[in-house]
Amino acid sequence: MSSHYLSIEGLNKVFRKGKDVTDVLRNVNLHVDQGEYVSIIGHSGCGKSTVLNIIAGLIEPSTGCVILDRKEVTHPGPDRAVVFQNHSLLPWLTVYENVHLAVKKTFQGIKSRAEMRAWTEHNLELVNMGHALRKIPSEISGGMKQRVGIARALAMEPKVLLLDEPFGALDALTRAHLQDEVMRIHNELGNTVIMITHDVDEAVLLSDRIVMMTNGPAATIGEILTIDIPHPRDRVAMADHPKFNEYRAAVLRFLYDRSTLGGKGAADGDSAARDQRDPDASPEDTENNKKIIPLSRIA
Amino acid sequence: MTTTTFSDDFFQRLQTVRDCLVHRALPPVTVILGLLIVWQILCSREGAHLPTPVAVVQETWELIIHPFYDHGGNDVGMGWQILASLKRVAYGYSLAVIAGVSLGVLVGISTWAMRGLDPVFQVLRTVPPLAWLPIALAGFQNNNPSAIFVIFITAIWPIIINTSVGVRQIPMDYRNVARVIRLNGWEYFHRIMLPAAAPYIFSGLRIGIGLSWLAIVAAEMLIGGVGIGFFIWDAWNASLISDIVLALVYVGIVGFILDRIVARIGQQLTRGVTV
Repeated sequence: MSSHYLSIEGLNKVFRKGKDVTDVLRNVNLHVDQGEYVSIIGHSGCGKSTVLNIIAGLIEPSTGCVILDRKEVTHPGPDRAVVFQNHSLLPWLTVYENVHLAVKKTFQGIKSRAEMRAWTEHNLELVNMGHALRKIPSEISGGMKQRVGIARALAMEPKVLLLDEPFGALDALTRAHLQDEVMRIHNELGNTVIMITHDVDEAVLLSDRIVMMTNGPAATIGEILTIDIPHPRDRVAMADHPKFNEYRAAVLRFLYDRSTLGGKGAADGDSAARDQRDPDASPEDTENNKKIIPLSRIA
Repeated sequence: MTTTTFSDDFFQRLQTVRDCLVHRALPPVTVILGLLIVWQILCSREGAHLPTPVAVVQETWELIIHPFYDHGGNDVGMGWQILASLKRVAYGYSLAVIAGVSLGVLVGISTWAMRGLDPVFQVLRTVPPLAWLPIALAGFQNNNPSAIFVIFITAIWPIIINTSVGVRQIPMDYRNVARVIRLNGWEYFHRIMLPAAAPYIFSGLRIGIGLSWLAIVAAEMLIGGVGIGFFIWDAWNASLISDIVLALVYVGIVGFILDRIVARIGQQLTRGVTV
């Protein structure tokens, strides 16, 4: 057993659909310390979401295991709260109720009713959403929904916070704003965070380490880059920081020159991802859903 | 000062009410008046078999102004006739809602149940409502339960089918959220499944109530007794064409109101959830 807070050991994932076998992940190993902010970056379809879903317990690995705080991950739970790409708020509940449902399930029997209410409000205030407790998701903007999603995850006091491309669906200004906010919260609370992203600047700005994945099929970790810039970081100052540009260039070089080391190329990786349609197994399932019933997402 | 603001306010409101009337009420009123005039002209000709609207009102005036008289037997006012039909619909439809939503959820969550039941549903739902009536009469040996059964069997198919589609369409994200915060089976059912499928369920309920009302009139024509359907049949046998016309107007209006009630409940309960 390793002494790390979160260990991912020899992870392999194979998706089967009838006779089609897709080798998604091959031998992924990663160790994360408590309080670390780690980003996983790679081309789309490379299986980075699969890694996150396995850590969350939403998908089972074919072989290998995930160990968090000396316990093996076997099923999903609030100690690994996920912020989903498209917020995934329940549209029939208010902002407050969305967070409170998670709080109630996590702290039932531990906190009193009043404590749970205060904790829900506290977390919504932490993401500056204290003003919209009674609004329902369709009444607030995309950025606000994502804030609520973050509040819901934080409210579960997770051992590790999992962010699945949390800013992907937002416009540039809102994204920058929310990134700053996530940085502030990370500095304040010192959570352990794993973030999936395909945005190089975002990865360098936020992370302590960037895990770069090769293209699928059979994706694995190609390289890990440690970002040696002290926190708290400032977006504007970082733009002129010589190291920032160095790191940025390193990630870009990997993504555009060397990411095909393990696989056949970006195009193959994408088609492999598209082939996985099994509703129970596919890592791209959320995206498939989106294609079938786009209107339900506009909520 | 105050009087000016008051009168300003008053006129402002008057303006709003007038605009509303002009934009909302004027088009349907114009169209209905136009249709009545055409009807009046067509049926005023020599040898017309149907009464004019004016004749309808004249001949049915007693029925219109006394909707709740009761002379015993079938000889009761239109209000009672409609209430009797509504009562049958209420029983049959309520049973269809309970059974339909339950079966729909079952078919939605279980692939095995779907594969087994779906072919049965697809065949049975094409059977015309009235074709069930003889079977029901044979089974129940009684008119009233048979009519209720016809309503039930008519309304249940769209409810089952829409509910099952709604349950199957629940986005993966909601299921993932439920798994991360560890909702148990019951919590998942009433916190996620029912609200997520509600828009589909309500479109099924709306189709169901419409079909129920269609079926009750036809079923009552055959089973007799008090009810708007048999009222129409009775009027036809007595050659009271104007009574039939009045009954049709009432049937239409009641059907419209039923549809609106279900739609309104649906809107209230599915706030924010769009399909």
